[in-house]
Amino acid sequence: MTEYVSTTPGLFPLPDWAKDDLSDLKGHQKHDLISGDEGEAITDVYAEARSDVVDVQAGAGIDLVSEGQLRWDDMLAHPLTVHEAVETGGIVRYYDNNNFYRDPVVTDDLTFSGDVASELEATGALTEEPLQAVLPGPYSLADLATDEHYGDESTFLEAVADFLAGEVDAFPAHETLFLLEPSLVENPPGDGLDEQASDAIDTVAAATDADVIVHPFYGALEEKMYAHLLDADIDAVGFDFVTEQDQSLYNLQEYGATDDIALGLVDGQNTLVEEPEAVRERAAWVFDRLPVATFDTAYLTTNTETFYLPYAKFEAKLEALVEAASLAEVTTA
Amino acid sequence: MSQDQNKDQFRPEDHPNDHFLLSTVVGSYPKPKWLNRAKELHQDPEHGFDEDDYQEALDDASRLIAHEHERAGLDVVVDGEMRRNEMVEYFAHRIEGYEFNGPVKVWGHNYFDKPSVVSEVEYTETWLVDEYEFTAEATNRPVKVPITGPYTLANWSFNEAYEDEEALAYDLADLVNEEIEKLVEAGARYIQIDEPALATTPDDHAIVGECLERIVADIPEAVRIGLHVCYGDYSRIYPEILEFPVDEFDLELANGDYDQLEVFTDPDFTKDLALGVTDVHVAEVESVEQIERNIEKGLEIVPPEQLVVSPDCGVKLLPREVAYGKMANMVEAARNVEARLDAGELDVRSAPTPADD
Repeated sequence: MTEYVSTTPGLFPLPDWAKDDLSDLKGHQKHDLISGDEGEAITDVYAEARSDVVDVQAGAGIDLVSEGQLRWDDMLAHPLTVHEAVETGGIVRYYDNNNFYRDPVVTDDLTFSGDVASELEATGALTEEPLQAVLPGPYSLADLATDEHYGDESTFLEAVADFLAGEVDAFPAHETLFLLEPSLVENPPGDGLDEQASDAIDTVAAATDADVIVHPFYGALEEKMYAHLLDADIDAVGFDFVTEQDQSLYNLQEYGATDDIALGLVDGQNTLVEEPEAVRERAAWVFDRLPVATFDTAYLTTNTETFYLPYAKFEAKLEALVEAASLAEVTTA
Repeated sequence: MSQDQNKDQFRPEDHPNDHFLLSTVVGSYPKPKWLNRAKELHQDPEHGFDEDDYQEALDDASRLIAHEHERAGLDVVVDGEMRRNEMVEYFAHRIEGYEFNGPVKVWGHNYFDKPSVVSEVEYTETWLVDEYEFTAEATNRPVKVPITGPYTLANWSFNEAYEDEEALAYDLADLVNEEIEKLVEAGARYIQIDEPALATTPDDHAIVGECLERIVADIPEAVRIGLHVCYGDYSRIYPEILEFPVDEFDLELANGDYDQLEVFTDPDFTKDLALGVTDVHVAEVESVEQIERNIEKGLEIVPPEQLVVSPDCGVKLLPREVAYGKMANMVEAARNVEARLDAGELDVRSAPTPADD
């Protein structure tokens, strides 16, 4: 029997009141974005907003509670843009979205930061529920950054992986670690680097006892990359079934899967709220097409982060996921 | 009507030079601070600043900015889009089928009320006819009307109702066509379609092309139609865009210091080029000499008859005095280049097809 677990890849929208308060406190320009050493007034707003999103998740009954990454002005580039060895360059486009982040330019050794660990500590103090840590995967974080220190692509990737492993090592107890790897889809590594991307994930995954879910999105992995990813010591791979069904299914059919699976079935970038029954039917549709149909755990999630959505729609999507995971077994006709 | 005639209909009677490099703006302009204050008062339920008061403030601001454009010497003016808040929101509020669910992040703490399309889109009221009529009445210069293009309206909305974005874009294109018909009836002769979303998804240029076919259907040839695109990799849309049924392409190029100019040299640029000659992301006014050099970049692509000068993009994020300085210097630079062209001091490309009229 597969256990259905509702979760998200984190990076929630800010509650609307916090959007207003933080606009006023921080401003709208590039140099106003989060620095990592923000003062008390700003810290207080984020603490209250964090408490809000923890309450919303608890209220919806989600199985794994995320911090929400509300401070991540630079989205997945955040762990670097607040790092002291990083200078922030120009505003650059975030994948193919109408969203932008500061280009993190790495100019020195990526030493331990602890920024994300402290967010997770703060979240742990707010809830008794199992925590889910969220980080960019090493390949995506390296891909989003500019290296002016390590010199070559593969050394830089290794350094980013070591940095992330060090951050994970400082995390408080957590049930799962979601590593978001959109760059594996959007800017796939070429020959050689694909294997290193998998090794880099291994490095980060080894730093925690929690279950590690690697979630590529904005489409499906190329098959060779997927095969390499399965070599990493991870518990689940995530699939963006909203964007790409055929290639996702093909990878699963041809190469098999980890014991657990994450299914991105709810659209993190559209306001149309899915029916919980339809979500579960889609999960069943996927499983019906696989030769080995049983997974220990199926994480039901949005395909992407949810910061693209208006706040009320984000809440509605959480509820749909929770309800979908709690439905009794469904079968497709 | 030939390309030259289409452009020459905007030549002022007292134009000082034989050559004519039409000067205009992309559209948006900094709002006077008092207008933002008036909006706050209007939104404050405790305050007696009512709808009529706010409309009066909007009228005043539109008149003010149209006159500011006149003062800068622009040949074709806009009201600076004083009545518009944001380039998608403004239209979505006027199109049946859209709803709003709250602000979403663009970057940092910059948000916009990204609307959702929840049912088939319909044209139920005019969008810009009042704005055009007011501005045309307030100035004696020709007025350009910028309209957010259907591809951008579709791409920057949540789509809950259509099979795909393409189908939504085509329906929206039909509505844009309807609006342009109304604008033309009201006297408008210069329409600019803004499609910034094309820069993020250049592979969709064929969809934008089909949208434009729908937009210009049954619009008289004398009406000048421009297309504004900015901040993208133009090599991915050129030369395909030359097939688009428009008279002019308005392109951002100063920001990248004309590093993409080469893209447009092969094949020949057969449409009019509205060249971005001042950078709207730099809050310093470029010198007249600098802008002249920028205008000359355009002459590497098209002959003077096909050249229009304009800022890279809307200037609304600049301090107002900087925006004004850029406009005024741009016009002065254009007049200087025209004079040098008249004097035969500049090498120019010849028009790709000989004029037979």
